[in-house]
Amino acid sequence: MSWVADHLGDILWYAGQHTLLAGIPLIVGLLLALPLGWLARRYSRLYGVIIAGSGLLFTIPSLALFILMPLILGTRILDTLNVYVAMTLYTLALLVRTVAEGLGAVPDSTRQAATAMGFTGMRRLLRVDLPLAIPVIAAGLRVAAVSNVSIVSVASLVGFPQLGYYLTDGYQRTFPTEIAVGIVGCVLLALIFDSVIRAGAWAVTPWQRVAR
Amino acid sequence: MKRRILLTGATAVAALALAACGANNNPTAPPAGGGGGSTGSAGGSGSITVGSADFSESQVLGEIYAGAIKAKGVSVTTKPNIGSRDVYIKALQDGSIDIVPEYTGSLLTFLKGTAPSQEPDAVYTALKSTLPAGLVVLDKSTAEDKNSMVVTKDTQTKYSLKSIADLAAHQADITVAAPPEFQTRQQGLVGLKSEYSFTPANFLPLKGAAIVNALKNGQAQAANIFSTDPSIPANGFVTLEDPKLLFGSDNVVPLVRKDKVNDTITAALNAVSAKIDTATLTDLVKQVDVDKKDASAVAKDFLSKNGLG
Amino acid sequence: MLINIGGWLTDPTHWTGPNGIPTRVLEHLLYAGISLLFSAVIAIPLGIVVGHSGRAKWTISIANSLRAVPSLGLLFAVALWLGPKIASSLAYVIPSVIVLVLLAVPPILSGTYAGIQGVDPAARDAAQGMGMRGGELLRKVELPCALPLLLSGIRGATLQVIATATIAASISLGGLGRYVIDGLSVSDYPEMASGAILVALLALAMDGILALVQRFAVSPGLSGKFRNTPGNRPVVSTTARGDAATEPASPTDRADDQREALV
Repeated sequence: MSWVADHLGDILWYAGQHTLLAGIPLIVGLLLALPLGWLARRYSRLYGVIIAGSGLLFTIPSLALFILMPLILGTRILDTLNVYVAMTLYTLALLVRTVAEGLGAVPDSTRQAATAMGFTGMRRLLRVDLPLAIPVIAAGLRVAAVSNVSIVSVASLVGFPQLGYYLTDGYQRTFPTEIAVGIVGCVLLALIFDSVIRAGAWAVTPWQRVAR
Repeated sequence: MKRRILLTGATAVAALALAACGANNNPTAPPAGGGGGSTGSAGGSGSITVGSADFSESQVLGEIYAGAIKAKGVSVTTKPNIGSRDVYIKALQDGSIDIVPEYTGSLLTFLKGTAPSQEPDAVYTALKSTLPAGLVVLDKSTAEDKNSMVVTKDTQTKYSLKSIADLAAHQADITVAAPPEFQTRQQGLVGLKSEYSFTPANFLPLKGAAIVNALKNGQAQAANIFSTDPSIPANGFVTLEDPKLLFGSDNVVPLVRKDKVNDTITAALNAVSAKIDTATLTDLVKQVDVDKKDASAVAKDFLSKNGLG
Repeated sequence: MLINIGGWLTDPTHWTGPNGIPTRVLEHLLYAGISLLFSAVIAIPLGIVVGHSGRAKWTISIANSLRAVPSLGLLFAVALWLGPKIASSLAYVIPSVIVLVLLAVPPILSGTYAGIQGVDPAARDAAQGMGMRGGELLRKVELPCALPLLLSGIRGATLQVIATATIAASISLGGLGRYVIDGLSVSDYPEMASGAILVALLALAMDGILALVQRFAVSPGLSGKFRNTPGNRPVVSTTARGDAATEPASPTDRADDQREALV
């Protein structure tokens, strides 16, 4: 393990890149999914289209999407924008459905009570519906985070530097230590993301902590 | 279901439309105006970027070149492990890197399709006149690292192999392990077929140590391994002779962008080339591959031992 | 560039021989099929047992946590470990299939489990009232009710397997990933992009076929065809992913089903 100690600086740098490549799409994807999920909920015709569309997006394997991004974006093959956009699309595709379901899980009685209290439209959405949907959305976000971390490692096949570098280099040099670092690094990072999201959801939902 | 089909169709059309707008350009081609690299650090004006290919010897050489230039007071960044020749030559031409360690014969064959004569000096001269505009080579080193076809001792005994020419007779039983680009190279399956009438029954596209493992564990009977690879002596592998000189002579030489070369760099790199011979090179590679040391550490060591950094 | 890709795809030499598109597609389907078969054999019985008895739920949690392991890492690790032990060129196929099975088991397992778990207790009760026990109950009531989620688990597993088989080309496996990896090594974008497009099309086609299977295999009483009357809410609905609309399934289960597909 002295190898790990010697290379800790590099490992942390790669982990940092990995965090950016997996994390930024999470945030952007969530921000985009909120209005889309609300739209899907509001107009049931759109619901089918949006769900089918996201199902379609899921079906495209990640390596294929990374490679096809230059066609759609006009970028070059090693531009990190490719990874960011691809990962955002995947996150979006998952979270739209989660947001739609989360918003749908708000009990009708609560909604009616809120309306009766004077909350209408956007205010009700922001102050009542969304906060109540947070547990469901957070659960979806956690799943998205773990998957994102795993998918980003595939990008090392194209040449993007992140924790996946240790996987390809370790195989190329028959260096099991590196592969172990890559795998453990990804799993740890996934756990960190998971914990952060859980903690965040817990922090913004004080009503759930009240003893029944 | 119908919605799904309609949606697929609509998405395909939209994607095609977008693609048609964005994509008259080749994503792997150099950008207009020669930008800096897209991964890692780009060199600022006045600084040099040294690149290297996706095998350890190239990485060590790259680090050595970088260290030698740095010792002369020039600011240097490295971009290691770029990929195969196709990829890093593109990077050199578009300005993402300025220097890369190369090999005379292989580069000549890559550029011209064949190497006219195999004698080191002749190859070097021919290379100089074949280089695309904007690229130059500095002094070559005596250090040689050729592509070679390698078999295990057992295979050699089994088929009484002496040279590559002997492989054709047993080609139905032979699997070759080599990097993926070997399939389309003259110094690869293409040349093996045209010069030695050898088409292996099976081809395993692998990289780096995986090729050595494939040979060692019997998944391949012949492999394309560099002549300085420490695994050849370590495993008792046998290098087959190359009477038609398909893999020619391959001296290490720095390939540099003409607009970046100057006296300081030339002096630094020529001094390095003078100090590296095949034995030294083999040892450098061994330190990275077998001892699992970092290429940069090995390079630093070499430079200080030779008074070059 | 589109023209170049179109040119690559329509080049007749790319449709013949061992590196031709039909061969590669068949190889890809072969690896996927074998892996799915093995993982179904493992995961479906296990899911039924765990769902039915309600015990050993830790198997589900462990299977789900496997999703956090990068598939590329698993591939390289198993290849490095097992490769030297296998003499023939199956030294790359066997590790790949093992990893594919490992990655396909979680979606099928959690789909089966969620399906069996989510069977309407009223339906089970009614069946028992009719005199069904054990195996008959399983075959005639529970499995049909669980079918939507089970099939959606299989759909997720199929996509996961197709995606991972693509990256297995980096350890010399055949299949459509070959175009991507080989094209990458010589910087040939038309080849790479063609490979990527073919993989995406294959995945879409397989998903479409399974969606059709789902439509025809799931009993009409479950698929919500009669869902408009108030007292007649379906047990499960078969939206694009066949996820359950009922309360018992936890949000994580639902979200898990959806996320299985990605590599």
